[in-house]
Amino acid sequence: MARSLAPTEPAPSATITGDAALARGTGLRRVLVPVLSLLLLLALWQAGAMLAANPRLMPPPAAVLRAIAAETASGELPWHLGITLLRVAASFVLAMGIGIVIGLVMGRVRLADELGQPWLVFFLNLPALVTIILCYIWIGLVETAAVAAVALNKIPNVVVTVREGARALDKGLLEMAEVFEVPWRRRIEHVVLPQLYPYLAVAARSGLALIWKIVLVVELLGRSNGVGFQLGVFFQMFDVAGILAYALSFIVVVQLIEWGILQPLERRVNRWRR
Amino acid sequence: MAALSLEVRAKSFPAVGTAPEKRVLENVRLSVEPGERLAIIGPSGCGKTTLLNIAAGLDRDFEGRLVRDRSARLAYVFQEPRLLPWRTVADNLRFVLFDDDPTEVDARITAVLAEVGLEGTQAVFASRLSLGMARRAALARAFVVRPDLLLLDEPFVSLDEPTAQHLRLLLLELLERHRTTVLFVTHALHEAIMLADRLLFLTASPARVLAVREVPLGAAERRDPLAVEACRNRLLAEEAELARLLLPASAAAPSPLAEVAPG
Repeated sequence: MARSLAPTEPAPSATITGDAALARGTGLRRVLVPVLSLLLLLALWQAGAMLAANPRLMPPPAAVLRAIAAETASGELPWHLGITLLRVAASFVLAMGIGIVIGLVMGRVRLADELGQPWLVFFLNLPALVTIILCYIWIGLVETAAVAAVALNKIPNVVVTVREGARALDKGLLEMAEVFEVPWRRRIEHVVLPQLYPYLAVAARSGLALIWKIVLVVELLGRSNGVGFQLGVFFQMFDVAGILAYALSFIVVVQLIEWGILQPLERRVNRWRR
Repeated sequence: MAALSLEVRAKSFPAVGTAPEKRVLENVRLSVEPGERLAIIGPSGCGKTTLLNIAAGLDRDFEGRLVRDRSARLAYVFQEPRLLPWRTVADNLRFVLFDDDPTEVDARITAVLAEVGLEGTQAVFASRLSLGMARRAALARAFVVRPDLLLLDEPFVSLDEPTAQHLRLLLLELLERHRTTVLFVTHALHEAIMLADRLLFLTASPARVLAVREVPLGAAERRDPLAVEACRNRLLAEEAELARLLLPASAAAPSPLAEVAPG
């Protein structure tokens, strides 16, 4: 989801002739096309709002912008957004940490894989809503339950992805490290992790996408702050402008994290590739 | 005491799918004295690499006995360079230097890279090296640990002959300079004669020891291709069995297990 707004891949600059070369080669096009595309979306939205019978249920972009400004000025929007981000961060770290360890063990130890497989199938197919409700019932309507519920939903996906990576580890390099009697921490850092980065990147990407969505549900059901809680309040008041204001802010923040953190990180770990 | 002594009564690979169990080694005994360079020669696919992996302690699933000083520093130059492609050349060497004095590690890396002719490549990612350069880097990684025992598995295979010969000369020089104990595997007799003190010939699979011969060449003769060639021809003439094992079918008694032409 977050990727949809990302700039397209750099156009090949090689020997294309004529108009195509002009159009493709310029950075202008790379900026212009997405911007035009977004403007088209805004125009459609505006048209829809003008046609709608009840402008309260289909507010135009300007109304949503005003709502964003008002909520930001009052401090409500940054506060709830911040709380949600903290929950996302906590669940993300928890799910990745636990998922990586389990995935590595299942990928390398056959017995662990055989024992863990049925559990994995169970948790992969357990609906998110069930995990959330049970966490709130068993742990209580507290922060721990919220974060645990989100993490539990994500861990099986991380395990599956990391297990793939662990299975594909280069045997020759592991043997090399063994012969030279390299300590295991050094092996993890220099042999295992670099091979897992592509898998970790996939797990992190799809992880964030999933966690963003589940965190809102968790907040809606059992928290008294956060974007999910606010959306619930706006829902009860049929305040569509408020709902869209929070949703848009949320999308922008997610995209900023993608551009500012995930993509630079990925470029860094991929430097060695030809 | 020998630097390495190994007795493999039997080594088999278990049946996989439709392939039946395969016996690869049978009654192979060898020992390497400190400072000695022993080459194992045999036809391709006869189990030489398996033998080397057993000697390295990588393969423990065999019947027999491996005696090696646990404190001896081991280095292994594999058939493929096995460098970490996501690390620079210097970091690949640093990877195996974990309990060495950190203040002198950089100097050692610089020195050994100069020895193998890779000056100035410290910051180059291993993924960007050509095969010849990667093989040099693998040699450098082996020498930088100052090994008590060095294992080499056809380290120059799939290189063009001039490059391979250049690297053989380089290796010979390093071995002489560092007086390293070496166990070396190859299918090319001339390479073995050039680099080793003693030759151990293996039969085709399942491999048994066919013969053991000393190499009577001095340091200068080893560097002379004609002397090496003469020594090789003498050996093959003396031993009909060796000739059958190693020479192309057209040149000797019919045998499917031909020596791959040098280079």
